[in-house]
Amino acid sequence: MSRLPVRKTYKLYIGGAFPRSESGRTYEAEGQNVPRASRKDARDAVRAARGAIAKWSGATAYNRGQVLYRMAEMMETRASDLAAVCSGEAEVERSIDRVVWYAGWADKLAQVLGGANPVAGPYFNFTIPEPTGVVAIVAPPEPALEGLVSRLLPALVGGNTAVVAASRDHPLAAVELAEAVATSDMPGGVVNILTGDPAEIAPILAGHMDVNALDLTGADADSAAELERLAAENVKRVVRGSATGQSVWEIEPLVEAKTVWHPIGV
Amino acid sequence: MSEIEHRGPAAPAPLEWEYAPAPEARDIVAFRERYGLYIGGDVVDPRSGEWFTTSSPADESPLAEVAQASGEDVGLAVGAARAAYEDGWSSLRPAERAKYLFRIARILQERSRELAVAESLDGGKPIKESRDVDLPLAAAHFFYHAGWADKLEYAFPNRNPRPLGVAGQIIPWNFPLLMLAWKVAPALACGNTVVLKPAETTPLTALMFADVCHQAELPAGVVNIVTGDGSTGAELVRNEGLDKVAFTGSTDVGKAIQRELAGRGIPLTLELGGKAANIVFDDCALDQAVEGIVNGIYFNQGHVCCAGSRLLVQESIAEPLIAKLKRRLQTLRVGDPLDKNTDVGAINSRAQLEKIRELVASGEADGAEIYQPPCVLPERGYWFAPTVFTNVAQSSRIATEEIFGPVLSVLTFRTPDEAVEKANNTPYGLSAGVWTEKGSRILWMASRLRAGVVWANTFNRFDPASPFGGYKESGFGREGGRHGLEAYLRFDK
Repeated sequence: MSRLPVRKTYKLYIGGAFPRSESGRTYEAEGQNVPRASRKDARDAVRAARGAIAKWSGATAYNRGQVLYRMAEMMETRASDLAAVCSGEAEVERSIDRVVWYAGWADKLAQVLGGANPVAGPYFNFTIPEPTGVVAIVAPPEPALEGLVSRLLPALVGGNTAVVAASRDHPLAAVELAEAVATSDMPGGVVNILTGDPAEIAPILAGHMDVNALDLTGADADSAAELERLAAENVKRVVRGSATGQSVWEIEPLVEAKTVWHPIGV
Repeated sequence: MSEIEHRGPAAPAPLEWEYAPAPEARDIVAFRERYGLYIGGDVVDPRSGEWFTTSSPADESPLAEVAQASGEDVGLAVGAARAAYEDGWSSLRPAERAKYLFRIARILQERSRELAVAESLDGGKPIKESRDVDLPLAAAHFFYHAGWADKLEYAFPNRNPRPLGVAGQIIPWNFPLLMLAWKVAPALACGNTVVLKPAETTPLTALMFADVCHQAELPAGVVNIVTGDGSTGAELVRNEGLDKVAFTGSTDVGKAIQRELAGRGIPLTLELGGKAANIVFDDCALDQAVEGIVNGIYFNQGHVCCAGSRLLVQESIAEPLIAKLKRRLQTLRVGDPLDKNTDVGAINSRAQLEKIRELVASGEADGAEIYQPPCVLPERGYWFAPTVFTNVAQSSRIATEEIFGPVLSVLTFRTPDEAVEKANNTPYGLSAGVWTEKGSRILWMASRLRAGVVWANTFNRFDPASPFGGYKESGFGREGGRHGLEAYLRFDK
């Protein structure tokens, strides 16, 4: 008699744990039952993300870079699992290399995006990038893994925490990535992943008063307009980035420039 | 500190003698009776056929008639800006573009006395502030950005910066010409053309700026100025011909603009309200801190989005500091904006005065303790005495809402953590102040305060090289410095 394989139950990823949706709902995608996150799940995810900011943004840039690199390591060991839920090995390799690339930015951002300002007076004046806060990401449906990594990493490396509304049709890449994140030393709550219907979840995130930025790279034109309107409720930063790009300028819209002045004197 | 403790809060006013009036000459400015719109290099009557009067808030005397631009007028201005963009401005060599900005900067310097008087007449701000702050900074903004015009690829490596096109810009009434400079200088430096809408109550220096553009021989249509009330601003934001919108003003209007632009894919920058905490530790240089507090909240009658309107004092020095502050308030001279000795001028408009009165009344109703120094306010015009509230609850409206007037709310704290907690307890995040002699504490505080600008042992400093802008509901995007340029560029891959 041949062995019956143990199947995986797909779950949400909130606050470093893997809960089912509190609503008890699932839907079928890519041949699996996947949790369909509810309003309450979305709120829980935002709360987890908010709670994780102090630790993540307070870590040294060197440490943040190490954790992100560790995430690439974990992805590498899960490469075959990841390849099964996206377009294949080549996409996984691009995705892992992208994580490594962004990991290296953690301790260079302030030097490239900040600087000293030569003001006309006896002041020491400098500008430093700081995290915007909680970033809600509408994940691009394609490429399933690379798109997600390309949006997640620019947010994380700047010190933000993230809540991702995964693609409705390709949620498994998000679930597999969550498992890599969970084993990577990333503090719980820094990355939160909600599977389900973005048409249901994204508006909750877009209107949430405790979300600071909204990444609409994965939103279609019709829903994007409504999401942007909701975003105005607390003057969210709305970002449209590249689903496959790799640039420090993808990071920049997700950091705030803080300028500090001090008089010079004896 | 000890001296004041001995004297107690009931110390007599230190200055009992009167200053002689020192008025700046009014006749350096000759306003026209009527100012049309500035569209396509010409001053034109509005298609709307409507005009309104702009007056001096100091004595309510009418200064000039100004056009109320309709949607049609706005459309013509956007069309003129588009034409100018396409017929030459966007293809002009950047180094030549720079020279126009340098010319404008020089003309602003040459005419600065005239423009300062005009600014004080139309807006009510003290002449010493318009003369020593607004005008020099406005010119500095054009100088700074002029130099960027032909160096943009150094600001954004690997990005190939390109102008956006036509920028619609709406500015507030607190720093009319300075806000114009903040908006127009970077837009032009990056190769855009603009349609600017100045505030309803302070349109005159923008209209005089049209004349500056003419003197600089700026190509027609590169700068267009449409005057009017909020409806004109709404028409501008609605106009389909814009490639960029920049707004400075209230958070409510900012949110409405963000909603209006939803789905249109137009870059937007917002500089909105604030409720800055000015945090004073017990080891600060007390006299400097008092000066900083006064400068933070009474500068420009408190009509400053980054004003230090919430004073957070460490409990151990609250008593002597407040006593010193009250004594310092007695030396503030409130009155004629054109008098060179005036510290606090007129409230910008009747509507603003009423808003301040309403909020102050709510503070008293909430049980906060009010202090105003004895001062005689002029009978005509809009005036409000410098005000300090003590015993303010964090939940009180005077501690949470932007008053935009010379009203300070005092709260106390015990530990640095509590100071950070209270300072960040607001939806706003534009600016903050920290007063302590301990360097490590300054840096600790600066990194925890959720605000775009942190002034340590100083307050209300501005410079074109220094990025300015908010966190949270104080808006997004920066103005000034390399960061400010980005708002006026797109990037080819």
